[in-house]
Amino acid sequence: MTAPTYDLGNLHGGLRLPGHKAASTAEPIRDVPIPSQLILPITQHVGDPAQPVVGAGDRVLKGQVVAEPDGTLGAPVHASSSGKVVAIEPWPVSRRYGDSAPCIIIECDGEDRAFETDGRWEDYLSLQPADLLLRILDGGIVGLGGAVFPTAQKLMQARTCKIETLILNGVECEPYISCDDMLMRERAAEILSGAQILMHAMQIESCFVAVESDKPDALHSLGVALAELDDARLVLKQVPTIYPSGGEDQLVQLVANREVPSGGLPTDVGCLVQNVGTAAAVHDWIINHEPLISRVTTVAGDGIVNPMNVRARIGTTIADVVEFTGGYAERADHLIIGGPMTGKSMSTDRVPLVKATNSILVVLKTSFQGRELPCIRCGDCAAVCPVQLLPQQLFRYACADNEAKLREFGLIDCIECGCCDLVCPSHIPLTANFQIAKSRIQELADEKARAERARRRFEARNERLEHEKQQREAELARQKESAKQAGPAAIAEILKRKQQQGEED
Amino acid sequence: MWIAVLTIALIALIAGLALSLASRRLPATTDDLVERVNELLPQTQCAQCGYPGCRPYATAVVEGTAEINLCPPGGEATVRRLADLLGREIMPLVERVEPSVAVIDESLCIGCVHCRNACPVDAIVGAPHFMHTVIQSECTGCELCIAPCPVDCISMRPLVSAGLST
Repeated sequence: MTAPTYDLGNLHGGLRLPGHKAASTAEPIRDVPIPSQLILPITQHVGDPAQPVVGAGDRVLKGQVVAEPDGTLGAPVHASSSGKVVAIEPWPVSRRYGDSAPCIIIECDGEDRAFETDGRWEDYLSLQPADLLLRILDGGIVGLGGAVFPTAQKLMQARTCKIETLILNGVECEPYISCDDMLMRERAAEILSGAQILMHAMQIESCFVAVESDKPDALHSLGVALAELDDARLVLKQVPTIYPSGGEDQLVQLVANREVPSGGLPTDVGCLVQNVGTAAAVHDWIINHEPLISRVTTVAGDGIVNPMNVRARIGTTIADVVEFTGGYAERADHLIIGGPMTGKSMSTDRVPLVKATNSILVVLKTSFQGRELPCIRCGDCAAVCPVQLLPQQLFRYACADNEAKLREFGLIDCIECGCCDLVCPSHIPLTANFQIAKSRIQELADEKARAERARRRFEARNERLEHEKQQREAELARQKESAKQAGPAAIAEILKRKQQQGEED
Repeated sequence: MWIAVLTIALIALIAGLALSLASRRLPATTDDLVERVNELLPQTQCAQCGYPGCRPYATAVVEGTAEINLCPPGGEATVRRLADLLGREIMPLVERVEPSVAVIDESLCIGCVHCRNACPVDAIVGAPHFMHTVIQSECTGCELCIAPCPVDCISMRPLVSAGLST
């Protein structure tokens, strides 16, 4: 089974990076045993934190909802195994900002008893798309490519646009990470079934499964599964191996040859992108009724004795996962959650594996010390930027805190892929600067919105006070007027009445 | 004839450039400027600058009767932005305050509505003889409710920036 490849003509910049994927794909995915303790952060998705619905001391079963979404954007969190909730407290996590977050801590009993779902599950094809979306929401499914946007809400947003194509993202372009590759090799049929469910939910008739050209095994097993499925709506597409072709907007450009507008989403050009892992999770939930309580993650890097892909329960600590694979190598120095380009360095391996954790990377101490030097304006960063930004200009404006220029030069379109960092001969941490600048712009915007609201309330209050004052004055004037009209006769009348009263007393 | 055409074109070009430069560099009319200064202020309406609200202060700044460093809730960032806009020197802030919100100790509140009437942004709800409370999301931290309270049940609590610490 072959799939057409595309030339690189329509993707700007990017880098060909060494894959380092052979070591972790040599063996099949292995299951990490249930740990003694599960750490479940209440925020494992983009949006508002979920609200815990269990308390310390409660017994929970596998698949039971322990935190429900709160607010407009969110996803529930399910217990990954059965046991007892021992605490809900802050615990170190691998989030981008901040070092700890509230977590539900469950002591596992090892029995792994499953939660009985009430009600009968009808065939998803008989469900209305809107009901199917609500069901997907209940599964706690979020984008497993790393962005962890709640899938149901992404689909709901997409339903407001005219969507023609579903693109399944099997392009794992970042070095070392191979969890999607292994998933495609081993569970191709489930991924395609998940795609069919998503297509039904979206009522669309076309789906591209995009896989990078350096994954022949995945392409093969998907090809076989496709042939078995015999569904003409699904088409396998091979995309060139170049980083970051797996970025949502870049993939749309490659597969559909449409450019996502600045500040827009793929849905603006009629495409919906979902990770292959997400599709498999949708299948597991809708067909097998298992919510998102485990995921495949890559454990790799020179600091790992046996690099491999494992399937671990959400909430297992990184330390437990690494220990299962055989532990750290002697010279292991540095733990990164995520890939080498976009991942986050961690100071501790006590952090739990969450829905976003696609890779655990441990690297050795290197002699390379990239000392930061002044920018020499070579322009290499602009040449590799897949979004066609000018990182050197952005860097200047970020240093100067020039919000207007940062906006003008399209900082918000930066996908933080790290290509500019890698090619910079002066070792300037460009992406880190951009992340800080982005959050500062957001802060400023929030501040402005708050000030604007306060101003409106202040003005509304002044208006109200003014109105009340006018009313009071009008009332006073009216009383005076009536007193004047009634005149001395009325006053004499009142005085006479008073006098009579006095006499009676 | 060509000389005439070129001369006129050149004059038009120079005038156009001068006008566009002027429109960008020179301050706008007073009213516009007051509006723009007002936009830079944090709108806490706290009167800590000595003026009865943000807009009066903005007017005073534009008229030149007030310095640009009198707004504690705005902090140094506001001073810098005002200096940028008005072409004045950056100067140190007269007083620094941490962003905070008012909190009413509801067990002590006697329902006197003094604080409710003092709040410039209607962020306190309550009725006479009933417990009052502060709408946290609308409180600007102006501290104007603290003085009127007869039982001292209002205190300021530092604002934790949402999203970063939890």
